[in-house]
Amino acid sequence: MRPIAVLEAAVKKPVWGCQMCGQCVLHSTGMTCPMNCPKTLRNGPCGGVRPDGHCEVKPEMRCVWVKAVERAPKTPWAHEIDDIRQPVDNRLWGTSSWVNYFTKRDKVAPKGWRVEA
Amino acid sequence: MSRLEDAIAAGRFVLTAELLTVNAGGLDAVHERFAPYEEYVDAVNATDNTAAHAHASPLAVAIALQQLGMEPVMQLVCRDRNRLALEAELAGAALHGIENICCLTGDDVTAGDEPEARRVFDLDSIQLIATANAMRNGRYLSGRKIDPAPRLFIGAVENPQAPPVGHRVDRARKKVRAGARFLQLQVLFELGPLERFMAEAVATGLAEQAAILPSICLVRTAKSLRYIDEHVPGISVPPAVIERVERAADPEAECFEIGCELADAARRIPGVRGLHLISFRREAGIARLCGRLGIPTREERELGGDRPPVVV
Repeated sequence: MRPIAVLEAAVKKPVWGCQMCGQCVLHSTGMTCPMNCPKTLRNGPCGGVRPDGHCEVKPEMRCVWVKAVERAPKTPWAHEIDDIRQPVDNRLWGTSSWVNYFTKRDKVAPKGWRVEA
Repeated sequence: MSRLEDAIAAGRFVLTAELLTVNAGGLDAVHERFAPYEEYVDAVNATDNTAAHAHASPLAVAIALQQLGMEPVMQLVCRDRNRLALEAELAGAALHGIENICCLTGDDVTAGDEPEARRVFDLDSIQLIATANAMRNGRYLSGRKIDPAPRLFIGAVENPQAPPVGHRVDRARKKVRAGARFLQLQVLFELGPLERFMAEAVATGLAEQAAILPSICLVRTAKSLRYIDEHVPGISVPPAVIERVERAADPEAECFEIGCELADAARRIPGVRGLHLISFRREAGIARLCGRLGIPTREERELGGDRPPVVV
């Protein structure tokens, strides 16, 4: 891991449970990291959320999307929760999303991806 | 155009059913599962490793359905395949003239009998819908051309009763924006969440952009209702419903009554375009339900004999 990625991990892991996917969408999901969802769902909750709002897979954990939907309206990026997020680029795991943000590498979608965010 | 797409485009009442899982027995095994209700349904869902249990693949079962003269809806879940495999299934389906596709996230591997399996989720359901839609427009996700573009009629699912309930219509709208044209809802044993979901779907125009089909599940015992409540992710059964079956002199008849009541109420909710029916037994429950509710056969509906489900 390059130094900047090490720094990013050091800051984001303790606070948001950052998984270092390298294509951070935290601000648009109510500052709740969707990569902590056991199904790594980036576009909303699955249909298996328990009646108490906890995760289908990890009953002890609140669904990250229940939290995201709750918190998003309190952020300046409230409307972005309805964005359709492109598939994860699996080559970016472990790289710094800060660097990828400034180089716009994290916005590079597959050529056939034709959905308006 | 598939029969399902045609029925939806024409504004007819739509009926789909879920084929019981198939593990062996050839085409006969497939046929005996839908034969009892064959005359009523527009299409039958070939499921994809339901509840994370391995079964004959959805593409294989969809091809079998087609060979037997029944129109399939091929389900695809994101749990077991990466994007390459999902695109291959879609291209393969289109190659066999299978057009109806239903895209789901899928229950987690921990819900099944091989919880040690690796979960994939390379795409989520919305990304899978968008991928299928890209293929329908003649491109793989990579941008590589498919010529001619496969004919696909893309659908999805939504669960009005799972938290965050206030977000469910928003999520369904994302699916429609990604390319879904029909939505089969998760099984419900109470009407409240469905009524609230449909009210918002109608108010926001979603009910016009996609054909929404609530699901009704026929069971036979209080025990199975309790099992569903405790073990099936995303479905709750109200205690009052379980008690009603337990107290009944004939629990099986009572379960059927409950199914009929739910189906009858669900089809009358404004914005509902049809029903998706599920029965866990190889018996004629679905056909009996259609008969009881006075739902015309598919042929009668196509000939315009569809009676409006609204009591005058």
